[in-house]
Amino acid sequence: MYAKLRLYIVVILLLGLGIGLTLYKHFALGFPLSPDDKKSVWTIEARIDFAARGNPVIVSFALPPQTPGVVFMEEDFASSDYGFSELTSPSGRRAQWSKRAASGLQTAYYRLSMYETGQIAHPTAAADLPPEPEKPEFDEVLKTAATTLLDQVRSKSANTEIFTRELITTLNSKAPSQNLSLLINEQSSEDYKTHLIINLLALEGISARIVRGLYLEDGRRRQSLTNFVEVYIGNEWLLFNQNSGKSGKPKKFLVWQRGDQSLLDVVGGKNSQISFSIIRNVHSTRDLVVRDSMNKQAGIIDFSIYSLPIEQQNAFKMILLLPIGALIVVIMRLLIGIRTSGTFMPILIALALIQTTLLTGLIIFLTVVGTGLLIRSYLSRLNLLFVARISAVIIVVIAIIASISILSNKLGLDQAMTVTFFPMIILSWTIERMSVLWEEDGPREVFIQGGGSLLTAVIAYLFMTNRTIEYLTFNFPELMLVNLALILILGQYTGYRLSELYRFHALERRNVAGKR
Amino acid sequence: MLLASAKKLRSFGIIGMNQRNFGLISRYNPRRLYPLVDDKLKTKLLAQQAGITVPQLLGTVQYQHDVKALKEILHPYSQFVIKPVKGSGGKGILVITEHDHNLYFKPSGDAMQLADIERHVSNILSGLHSLGGKPDTVMIESLIQLDPVFSDYSYEGIPDIRIIVLRGYPIMSMLRLTTHASDGKANLHQGAVGVGIDIGTGRALHAVQYGESVTHHPDTRKTFSELTVPHWDKLLQLAAACYEMTGLGYLGADLVLDRDQGPMIIELNARPGLAIQVANRAGLAPRVAVIEAIKTIDPDPQSRAAFSKRQFAFAADIHPPRLLRTRSDDR
Repeated sequence: MYAKLRLYIVVILLLGLGIGLTLYKHFALGFPLSPDDKKSVWTIEARIDFAARGNPVIVSFALPPQTPGVVFMEEDFASSDYGFSELTSPSGRRAQWSKRAASGLQTAYYRLSMYETGQIAHPTAAADLPPEPEKPEFDEVLKTAATTLLDQVRSKSANTEIFTRELITTLNSKAPSQNLSLLINEQSSEDYKTHLIINLLALEGISARIVRGLYLEDGRRRQSLTNFVEVYIGNEWLLFNQNSGKSGKPKKFLVWQRGDQSLLDVVGGKNSQISFSIIRNVHSTRDLVVRDSMNKQAGIIDFSIYSLPIEQQNAFKMILLLPIGALIVVIMRLLIGIRTSGTFMPILIALALIQTTLLTGLIIFLTVVGTGLLIRSYLSRLNLLFVARISAVIIVVIAIIASISILSNKLGLDQAMTVTFFPMIILSWTIERMSVLWEEDGPREVFIQGGGSLLTAVIAYLFMTNRTIEYLTFNFPELMLVNLALILILGQYTGYRLSELYRFHALERRNVAGKR
Repeated sequence: MLLASAKKLRSFGIIGMNQRNFGLISRYNPRRLYPLVDDKLKTKLLAQQAGITVPQLLGTVQYQHDVKALKEILHPYSQFVIKPVKGSGGKGILVITEHDHNLYFKPSGDAMQLADIERHVSNILSGLHSLGGKPDTVMIESLIQLDPVFSDYSYEGIPDIRIIVLRGYPIMSMLRLTTHASDGKANLHQGAVGVGIDIGTGRALHAVQYGESVTHHPDTRKTFSELTVPHWDKLLQLAAACYEMTGLGYLGADLVLDRDQGPMIIELNARPGLAIQVANRAGLAPRVAVIEAIKTIDPDPQSRAAFSKRQFAFAADIHPPRLLRTRSDDR
């Protein structure tokens, strides 16, 4: 009983560890559980143009902040002959290009590749507290108009969020009242509108700031940043679309800059211009996550198969499938009770089938073993010592394989060339065993065991070539522990095998017949 | 019905392969004792030391170059059996019943030349029939003479008696009769007939061939209802004594009746199969439970055999299992 308890503890530990690591990788590192999981990677290029006047030039450009939920894969800065540095300050990151003297048209590039992880962004940290809103200075006329507007909006709203939304909708109304027209006037540029909203909110005592960002759309060129208003409500910042009043961060939207600093400063140049172009690429989520985790040096990834050279990784793809085959063999033998020739020969056949594809592989296998058995029956008449005979069989097998390859090549059947993937020693042993079995127990037993081996191999093959299983075993090797736990439990199974229900079926009638 | 219900089999006390491996073999048979029974020469020696009759050893061949000496070894005998020392399941056993100049005859009448025998022997030496393909030794034994009791029930071979012994107590037995289909071998899956034998009396209970009930021997057409194994007490005692001999808690003893020398042991098996349950139409589990309930094992094989005779006699086993269950429920 003690041994049993210990086994169950081990099983539970293995299960916990295996499933735990898998869940950790899925939820914390973002590994997808399906091989088809894809993500859009956005490549954003910002192009800065300006005319230099022959003086020292300093270009300072605001860079997008690192935010949770967004992963920056790569950032490139390019511009000829410019000194470059990246500055970090509490108000955000900035790129700085500089040159002693430049004249004529100048261009600088900033390129960013990023993707959204789909993780829920945490509320902005407490460090990001807003300053007390400064009372804006309106002239007398405007102030009256503003107060009237605010009274109007306030009467229609219950809390800050609704107030802000109502304010923005009113400002955007198609038929503005006189007051509104006065406030908006003709110079209704986007920036003006943003600042008007922020000022009006400040008048109401609400902290707000400007947010500039970029809508991510594939194939867009000459884009500019879009203004949003971010309002401090409760304990977090909430984004508002200043044209529709909708709250929350829209999808496919990259926040580029927060606060009222300039986006671009050019000292020693004029006519500066900035334009963004956006391209979308689709990548498999798994590749992105592996790359990101390697960069971050997440321990569990850094010390994993991913750190091996690609060639070894490919070898492991195969090796990590073996436990699946072993599990199938355990199930087939312990639960079903199928007899196979050689305990794990079916796995080796399954591995060969993976290389040759199912039907071709089966035909080749049967051809080689069949021909081998014929020749072996002749060899048994030659009166050879055992080791010599099995060695002879190996050579015969190689000859058969070679002739199949050559013949199929001449016939233009490329598939049959994969015959070389079959393990020849194993084939030879199979032939030898089957031949002895044939002599001792008759052809029936040969077909039972041969059929059992092939059936097991085909089932193992089907499991091992399943895309999802292949993906999971390679990317979540810790699932091997779960597999191990299953095998340990199956090792305790003392019930009947399916084949025994057939074997003992005559006994079922015992009660009726057992009167003698 | 093609498949039996697992529930019914369990209520009959049928033991499956997994349970046999787990609950009987690995529990009662320490690995280190296996060589004693896997090596038939060692078994023979042990049995002789214990004073148990075994077939006479005529010679052994250990090396390939000794194969040439075979002619000399075989020369004086007209009847003999060639066996691999580490063979399992009756594999590689060659029986020769007649010797005429250079021709050797199998029980079926097929003739073999000396070269054929030499090849057979060298195959055995190479490990063709041994467990795991390890190099093996060949032993040549005297042929067992068919006891007239069985002459009506065997075809071209010697029937043997398999007795399952648990902790020294015989718990179930069957008689394996050779048939034409089994090629003179007493091997059930090759087509030999298995006859369940009542532990209490040595009388035949029920017979099967290929897992199906039969009432007559397929070749001699003789009905099994009159069959009783003679020397039954002696056979049980011999089987029980194998426990002291080997230390194996769960073993299958294969015994034969020789016309001249009486009961003798030919082979012991540390992993006896489960077909005996089909031949007896009874499960091992209830009998295992009886033996496992015994606290101290009687050191005397004779009294153990007597205990088994009382305990497992057919009359005592007549209650259908359902009745047994209700009784224990009442308690």
